[in-house]
Formats: sequence, C-alpha cells, structure tokens
Amino acid sequence: MKKYSAFAVAREAIRHHTGWQRAWRDAQPKKRYDVIIIGAGGHGLATAYYLGKNFGITNVAILEKGWLGGGNTGRNTTIIRSNYLQDPSAAIYEKARSLYETMSQDLNYNVMFSPRGVIMLAQTHHEVRGYQRTAHANALQGVQTEFIGPEKVKQLVPIINIDGPRYPVLGGLWQQRGGTARHDAVAWGYARACSDMGMDVIQKCEVTGIRQDNGKVTGVTTNRGDIDCDKLGIVVAGHSGHLADMAGFRLPIESVALQALVSEPIKPCMDVVVMANTVHGYMSQSDKGEMVIGGGTDGYNNYTQRGAFHHIEETVRALVETFPMVSRLKMLRQWGGIVDVTGDRSPILSKTPVDGVFVNCGWGTGGFKAIPGSGWAMAELIAKGRSPLTDAFGLNRFQEGRFIDESVAAGVAH
Amino acid sequence: MLILTCPNCGVTAEETEFHAGGEAHLKRFGPGATDAEFESYLFMRENPKGVHFERWRHVYGCGKWFHAARDTVTLEVFGTYTAQTSTIPQDILDKVRDRRPNWQGQGAPR
Repeated sequence: MKKYSAFAVAREAIRHHTGWQRAWRDAQPKKRYDVIIIGAGGHGLATAYYLGKNFGITNVAILEKGWLGGGNTGRNTTIIRSNYLQDPSAAIYEKARSLYETMSQDLNYNVMFSPRGVIMLAQTHHEVRGYQRTAHANALQGVQTEFIGPEKVKQLVPIINIDGPRYPVLGGLWQQRGGTARHDAVAWGYARACSDMGMDVIQKCEVTGIRQDNGKVTGVTTNRGDIDCDKLGIVVAGHSGHLADMAGFRLPIESVALQALVSEPIKPCMDVVVMANTVHGYMSQSDKGEMVIGGGTDGYNNYTQRGAFHHIEETVRALVETFPMVSRLKMLRQWGGIVDVTGDRSPILSKTPVDGVFVNCGWGTGGFKAIPGSGWAMAELIAKGRSPLTDAFGLNRFQEGRFIDESVAAGVAH
Repeated sequence: MLILTCPNCGVTAEETEFHAGGEAHLKRFGPGATDAEFESYLFMRENPKGVHFERWRHVYGCGKWFHAARDTVTLEVFGTYTAQTSTIPQDILDKVRDRRPNWQGQGAPR
C-alpha cells in the first residue's frame, strides 16, 4: 500500500493522478479463515483492524451483505463524546474518543476528527441535577467535562435561544474534547488498513446461515458459498436479532428506525455540537455547511431504514424553538438507519451460547462515537476470550441484573 | 405512517393516535421461575425481520390496549385483535398466511 502524504499528492499531480492505488482489494472469499467478522461497518472493520494490529491475527474476512459502511456507519450524525454516567460506559467511550484523536495518523487516512466540543443542554431542573451528577462522575472517571451556565452556553452558541418559550436553557454539560468526524472516512480508513494487513473485505456477501457442530461454530453459509472459520464475530447492529436467530439464540434487543436530516449548506454559524434532549433534537454544522440534525426513533420495531414522518416534525419543531434561525432553512435530505436497542441502553460485547461466536451489538442510537473503542475491546475479547473493557457488557448481565443503565443519562440523543 | 384500527372502539386512525407497547403474548414468569425464564420474560425479544405480533394502546382514543400483526419490513398491518387472549386468533393467522404464503411462524410467540 502506498502511503498518503503531501508528497504523494504533489507526485500524483505531476503525473496526472495515474499512480493512485485502490484503497482496498476487491477480495474473493477463501475456503477458510481464522476469524470471520459479519458486518463491514465501523465496528466490524475496527474489530478486524485491532485483531491484526494488537494480536497479529490477520487471516480474517469481513463479510458485508451490502456495501462497505452503508449501514449505520454512513447514516449517523457523526457525534463523538464520552460523557456517560456509569463507569463501564465511560471507560469504553473514553477509550474510543481518545483513539479518535490519533486515528488519522494511525490509519494514514484523514478521518477529519474535529474536537470542536459538545454541549448537552439542561432545560429542566431535573436535567441540571442530572448533568451536574454526570460531571462529578466524569471527574472521577478521568473524563474531562464541565457543567456550564447559560451565559457560557450563549457565548459558545450565539444562534441559540436561551429564553425558550417552553424550556429556557438553564445550563449544559460541556465536553470540550468531544466533536465530530467524517463517518465514511472512518469505515474507508479501517478497510484500507485491514486490506493492507492481508485481510479480505468481501462486499455483497450475505450470510444466510451459521453452521455449527456440537455447539461450536464451524463456519457460515453465504450467497457466495460456504466459508469455514474458527471464530465468528457478529457485528451487524440492527440485524443482530436476525443473525442471532440463525445461530439459534435470542438477544435482548429490539430494532427500530432512527432518523436524521441535513439542511441546505449555509455559512459557518455554529462551531460546536449541541444536543437538546428535553425538546428532543440535536444539531451540528458539517464542514460543507449543512446543518446535520438528529431526530427520534420510531416507537415500534421495524427494519425500514426511513422512519415515520411525524418524528421529523417533532425534531424540527424542537430545533426551531432552540435555534430560531432554523425556521428559514430548507432541508435537503432525510434518511433512517436501523438501530439495535437494549433494555438498559448499553451495548452487548459478549460470548454467546454458541462456542466461538461473539456478538458486538446493542449500541442503539449512539454507536458511531464508540467505533474504535468497541473494535479495540471486541478484538481483545475474540483473541483472548475476555477483555477488561467488555467484562461489564456481557449477555449475562440481563440474567444477573447487573444493568449499565444509561437510559437516563443518554436519553434518545445518544 | 401506519394506519391502525382499534378493535375496542372500532376507530381507524393514524399511528400518532396510538402508542406501541412491544412484543405481544409474552409468557409471564414470577416467583418460583428460573433465572432464565425470568430473563426471557423481561428482556428477550423475538425482533423478527418480517411478521411481528405486538401490543398497542389507543392512547388518544379509548385508552385501551389491543394487539396487532404487522410486517416490520414493509410495515403492512395484517390485522388487529383483542388483547384479551394469550394466543393468536385463527383469522389473524389466516390473514398473515394469505399475504405471506411462505411464512413458517417466525416471530410468533414460542
């Protein structure tokens, strides 16, 4: 693989861009791999990358039924933060956030990580107390956050309406090292690095069955033939229940559609990410100038990747209230992704009842921010059988009642 | 936008008038149950990609609960039926099979 650099850009400019290589090989499935990862989204590719980088396991295939990064990796609002309440969450999300800081250098691929800061608005007294508690918890966890007053919020976000008609802004939880990154580039960068290590990223390869012998996984059946493996990682977000069904176990997960939309591009007006959980909307401005807006989830199970219209109405209503200038904006695009939601709103990184099968799912409405940390921990879990970062996120926590309750801390804007 | 008919009051309305209540026909377990049974009742869900049996409440109408059979991929509603039953009525199963001839019972309560 040729390295990307300023010198490479200059060299290719001189020779009319004839020397660029494919970022990753268009691989054909082999008969057998040490590890197969189902799902070439951010989490799946990151898992494969750290299997190779940290544990030297490179006989790996990453199978993707659609195209690389075409699921939730390409459908989120790209927010990165780690201001969670519970210790296990803070540990894995902060690991992820810190890995994002050096990801462009590690992967030699510009993921445009922009630590521009994230504010979660407190608009009720209950929220003020909740975020103060989170700020104290974060201080103990070593996550740098701060509870700020309404004046500081207004100073950071001049376009905000502090004295809203329903919910005036009473303060906010401010994480200065949170921000955004280019979501597609995260998937592409990992895919390029995986392919460079000799792993096979196989697109348009849909898994239709999981083969086992005496309770141990032996391989998968796909639309491109049978492939054998020693270990199998299921990293498919919204379709986790569907894959678990093939393997013969159930998951404490329900899949729903979550929507997002972007406006027409406008001049720079807001250089932080703002989340307003009480009125239910969150917004940031992309480098292209579009306002990137996240909305709510549908209330019922579905796999539609579009979502119900009235949720857009609710989200936009909330944002017009919070940022009055939004009322003048035209919206360009709307889309949905299928998110896998668990009972305690925390992910599952775990062994399963089938020997050799591991799942990484349940990230719900907030998986993008966790991609590198999730991949790091999942790789350790697959390679060594346990990881300190995943210990608390096992499937057994539902039977033992050891929940990692982030539903209050995270709400929907997760 | 889903359009549902409440079998309690007979009103046909858009989904904003209703509230979804999750998987229907959960088998309830209490004192004396094993940990696995209790976990299954509280947390494990079918989450099928296809036919799904679920609970709904007519919140901005008569306020009562009912059941619906719906496809989670196409959002087609096969029918709604009373919540006063622990099994799926035959006419609802017939409607599902009529629209999905290859349906093998995936997503139905185990």
